[in-house]
Order: sequence, then structure tokens, then C-alpha cells
Amino acid sequence: MSTMTMAKALNSGLRAAMEKDPKVLLMGEDIGKLGGVFRITEGLQKDFGEDRVIDTPLAEAGIVATAIGMALRGYRPVVEIQFDGFVYPAFDHIVSQVAKLHARSLGNVTLPMVIRIPVGGGIGAVEHHSESNEAYFAHTAGLRVISCSNPNDAFWMIQQAIECPDPIIFYEPKRRYWDKGEVAEAPERDLFSANVIRPGSDVTVLAYGPMVRSCLQAAQAAEEEGISIEVIDLRSLSPLDTEAIFASVRKTGRCVVVHEAATFLGLGAELAAQIQQECFYSLEAPVLRVGGYNVPYPPSRLEEDFLPDLDRVLDAVDRLMQH
Amino acid sequence: MGEQERQRRIEPSDGGPDMVQLVTPEGERVSHPEYDAIADEVTTQELQGFYRDMVIVRRCDNEATALQRQGELGLWVPSLGQEAAQVGSGRAMRTQDFAFPTYREHGVAWCRGVDPLNLLAMFRGVHNGGWNSFEKNFHLYTIIIGAQTLHATGYAMGIQRDHAVGSGDPDRDAAVIAYFGDGASAQGDVGEAFVFAGVNNAPVVFFCQNNQWAISEPNERQMRIPIYLRAKGYGFPGTRVDGNDVLATYAVTKRFLDDARDGQGPALIEAFTYRMGAHTTSDDPTKYRVSAEVEVWKLRDPIARLRNLLARAHGVPQSFFEEVDAEAAEVGTDLRARCLALPDPSPASMFDHVYAEPHPVMDRERAELTAYLSSFEGAHA
Ligand SMILES: Cc1ncc(C[n+]2csc(CCOP(=O)(O)OP(=O)(O)O)c2C)c(N)n1
Ligand SMILES: [Mg+2]
Repeated sequence: MSTMTMAKALNSGLRAAMEKDPKVLLMGEDIGKLGGVFRITEGLQKDFGEDRVIDTPLAEAGIVATAIGMALRGYRPVVEIQFDGFVYPAFDHIVSQVAKLHARSLGNVTLPMVIRIPVGGGIGAVEHHSESNEAYFAHTAGLRVISCSNPNDAFWMIQQAIECPDPIIFYEPKRRYWDKGEVAEAPERDLFSANVIRPGSDVTVLAYGPMVRSCLQAAQAAEEEGISIEVIDLRSLSPLDTEAIFASVRKTGRCVVVHEAATFLGLGAELAAQIQQECFYSLEAPVLRVGGYNVPYPPSRLEEDFLPDLDRVLDAVDRLMQH
Repeated sequence: MGEQERQRRIEPSDGGPDMVQLVTPEGERVSHPEYDAIADEVTTQELQGFYRDMVIVRRCDNEATALQRQGELGLWVPSLGQEAAQVGSGRAMRTQDFAFPTYREHGVAWCRGVDPLNLLAMFRGVHNGGWNSFEKNFHLYTIIIGAQTLHATGYAMGIQRDHAVGSGDPDRDAAVIAYFGDGASAQGDVGEAFVFAGVNNAPVVFFCQNNQWAISEPNERQMRIPIYLRAKGYGFPGTRVDGNDVLATYAVTKRFLDDARDGQGPALIEAFTYRMGAHTTSDDPTKYRVSAEVEVWKLRDPIARLRNLLARAHGVPQSFFEEVDAEAAEVGTDLRARCLALPDPSPASMFDHVYAEPHPVMDRERAELTAYLSSFEGAHA
């Protein structure tokens, strides 16, 4: 067990993966000498060389598409997209090529590729630096989409993702990079499983990435009012660990899904649909969603009003408890 | 760092023999057969105007950096060192021309008459680009690298369809200038813009400020030949100009904007310059570049160079420079005060301009947010 920030955990996880498998290489903008704008790859070029930690030209389509070629040649590229809003130039390659090659080739081609994306808001940034675009990718068959929320998961999930033969969109909640936590000696669960991080009996709160911490705070505050909240960190957004989710909702009978992304056609919409279908007779109240408003991410002076927080989660919990 | 790279970093390129220069770093006017005619038409008064522009732009830039340090801006993107490239090109435009900037063109904004408060407001997080593009023909800042080069090309194609090119009427014919960086030259969008501009003979001048760095990555990571040489492959002229020489930048840009208005199609200008500061206030350049390189570029400073020229060759008195400094200080102080006085937008305003027409989801969520916020006001009262 050791304590470290999530940024350091990702850095250590990448290092461990590179030490274990010489085919693992990193590609991205400013990831070499600078160590990436968030310093996630700090020191890795120095230790593994420029052949394995590649400062690419400034072209996301090029980065992802050459990573496809690298994977075809037997490498396991880990791509860093500098900020969430800069993945779109590569969207075509991710959706049309990365996601489909395994199916098109009848399984002859695997694309063991990880696309790391620092995601979400709350850091006072300018436009395009605070987006939550997971639904686009989760909507795309052929991709797996996961998100870490704490140092332990960051450390283990990045290594498990690199070992996975399928392409993975790997989200890193950027405002939690500097959160500290313990990292275990061994992975504690399957990459695509959810984690009940706080057991409770009245309401199930489903969250992932940056909102997990906020939801834990909400659970703590609710406890003082005598409401017991179960917080589940989804970790995997596609596929969803439906077994864990349904078991919790059948127990509590109430559920709220929380994410930064806009609610319209977001993860919460999918979860609400599946939960009402599978847990209908256990539900005491409709499934609620707490998320970003359906507007472009606002200028940073307004982001506190845009982003879900403890109060908005508690507001939803109160509404559920009235049933 | 290999020996060769170390060498390059300490003695950065001086731009090479193809680079158009009219004023040396020491401030001496040198002759250039292609551009002397345009340069000789520039009056002392106009040169003084360029000087004033550059000093004020630098002052505003410094003020913004200070405001960011004090927590008043979320971020700032310094234009320090690139004043000549921006003022020279900005002043070469006519009123009816249109500029498509990146996020660093504060000097061009100044030349177009855009109030710098708009730029500070954006980096303060008050809006995402709240000025009116059509008021001064200066489009919103574009942060997505390279995207604006295609928008500029499309706008230029519109000008063609309006028959506002090659008509011979100096007030009607218009051209577009598309700014981008050395790093941006790697983006597919920029290559596509060159193709579209070329096949359409569009009146657009691509203006690349090669400030030697794209955050931490030097030119070598983005290109194998100098950017200006790339134009040949797309079928239009490419020129490298000393981007720290405001007169040369003005002359080269004026020539190609005139040509574009005249119907001669696109051109690529590479302004060879240097990013003297950090990429943004979030960046730490000591991680990736040596200070010796910065020292070399300090000797090529665009403002000192023009000042020497004005004082020595044009007999401009000391009092002029003092007046400009005083004016710049005033503009800077006023800008600071107005920045601090900027009101925060109201939370419900985030729904206001998402659509041009009324939209039921905006209406519902605006009402929800307003009700939610007032529930707190009630609680506190
Ligand atoms: C599509 C996209 N990818 C990445 C970024 C992040 N980014 C912002 S500025 C920059 C470097 C740009 O370098 P250059 O084009 O040389 O312009 P400069 O900043 O030097 O003026 C990068 C990588 C971005 N804004 N947009
Ligand atoms: Mg640059």
C-alpha cells in the first residue's frame, strides 16, 4: 500500500505497463519532455526513450490513425488526447476504424489501443477544456469506455486497460488528478465491474469519474439527516455492470444517476431505461438524473452553476424520499 | 538531448537567406528588391503608428498576465515577442478585409479596433468570445487548432461569389487573412484549407506565426521543411518574412492581400518570430527549452528594433517615445480597471443564445435553474 495522487498513480501505472510489455508505447502532444500538460507521462520519455514515448505532431486524427497502424504492426499504443474537447478531429478514426476493425475482419484484427482523455470541468478553464463526451463513445459499438475516479483505480485500471485486446476510451477526471489515495498491491476487481464504494439502504446513487467524490460527500451529509445512501462508482460506462446496479436498486428501491455530461441522451438516460425495465417492481420512485444542463459547457464564471454538486444530488435524494 | 539539437537550441536559426527583412535587429533599414517599393511608401508617421500599436499591445498583454497572476483571469495567452508579426499584418488589412485569428492575436485585434477588454473577458471566463465578428471584421478566437483556416477559406469563397474580388474598386474588393501557428501546420484542417483555397483561387492569405514552439514541441516535431516552402505543393506562393520586423511583415502582407483582392488567389506567409513567454500562464517553459535560446531572441526584439530605426534614421525625438509609454500605461491601467469591473454573467444566461429560435428544453431548464437557485435564497432569508 502506498499513498499517491491520481496523476502519480496514472504515471506509475503507465510505467508498470511499459516495463511489463515492450510493445506498449505512448503517443500524444507534449507528452515527452514536458510530460504532458498534466504531467501524467512525466519522466517516461527519459526512461523509455523517444521510440516508446512519442511527441507527435499536433494532429489528433493523425495520432489516433497512426496508432491504428502501430497496433496492426503488433504494438499496444496508449494515446493521450490533451483535453476532452480536442478528441473530435480524431472522432472519424475512432468511430469508423478503431471501433469496427475487429468486427469487419471477423476477429482477425484486434486493436489493443487505449485512448486516454482528461475529462470534465471544474478547473476554471477556457472553452473546449471541460467537456464530458463519454456518451458519444459509449454509443459506439466496438469501443469500451471506462473512467477512473481515484488513485487506486487509476493505477490498476490503466494497466488492465492496456492488457485488454479491445480498444478502450479511458477517461481521467482532470479535477481529481491531485486527489490523494491509497493504491493497493494487487487489482481488486475486474476492469468492467462497478464498485459499491459506500453501502446504504435508502437510495442508490450511481456516479463515475469526477462526480464520485461529490456523491460521497452527499452521502455523508444525507446520513446526518438519517438517509442512507449507497454510492456506486460505475467505473465502466460501456459495458455497464448491470448486475451490481440492479442488485443495489432492488435493495434500495430508489436511484439517482449523477454525471457532469448533459442529461439528454446521456448515460443517465440509458441507466434509467434499463433500471425501470429490470427493477420495475422494486422501484419506490422514478429514477432521477442529475447532470449538466443541455447547453454548451458555459464560460468558467458559470461552471459552478452548471456542474452537479452535493446540493443538487441532495435535492434529488430529497425528492426521491418523498415517495 | 543530442548534440545537434543542443546546438540548434542555443543558436536558433536566423531565418535563412530566403527570409524577407527590411530592418535588421539593430534597427538598420536594409534594401530588398521586391519590397522596397512598398516599404518606401510607408511614412514616418505610419511607422510611428506601428510603434505605438506594438507598445500598447505589449502593455495590455503584460497587464493581462498580471491580472491572471492575481487570479482575475482564468488563463492568459501572452503575445509577448510577436507584436511585429501581428501589427505588421494587422495594419496591412483594409477595413473590408476579414481576419480569422487563433487565440493569441491580441495585436491583430488591436489593429482591427476590437476593445482588448473583450479578449480579457473571454479569458476571465465571462464569455466564450462575446464580441461581434462582423463589427470589426475580426472573427472570434478559435481554440481548436487549425479549424479557422478552413472557415477563412470558405469566407473567401463567399467573397468571390459576391464579385468582391478583382473588380478594381479598392473599396469593394476584399481579402481574408487566416492566422495559425507552426504547430497548427500539422493539422489536417490546415492542409485541407490549402487545397480548397488553391483549387478555388480564393482570396485568402494564410499567415503562419512560426514562433518556434507548439507548447513544448519545437518545429522539428511538426515539419520536415520550412512551412513557407509547403505552399509550392499547393500551387500558390509562399514567403518567409522576419516576423520581428514590423515593416517587412507589413510590406509582405500588404503585397499578398493586394494580390488576393486583385484576383490572384491565395498565398502563404510564414512570419518567423518567437514566443518570448510561456505558451500560456499555465505553462512552464523551463521544462523544455533553454534560456540561452530566449536570450538570442531578446536581441531581435521587434519594439527595440523599430525604436532604433525611428530614432536614428527618421529623427524621431525622445519625447515621442515617452508619450507613447505614457499613453500605453494609461491604456493598461484603464484596461485593468474595466476588467475588474466586469460583471459576472447571470446563471440563467447560459441558456440564452444556444439557439436562434425559442427552444423548449432551454425554456424548461432555465426555469428549473432559476427555481433551484431561488430555493436557496429563500433558505438563507
Ligand atoms: C485540436 C486541438 N488540439 C490540441 C490543442 C491544445 N493546444 C493548444 S495550443 C497548442 C499548441 C499550438 O501551437 P502553435 O500552432 O504553434 O501555436 P502557438 O500556441 O505557438 O501560437 C496545443 C497543442 C488545441 N487547442 N486544439
Ligand atoms: Mg507556435
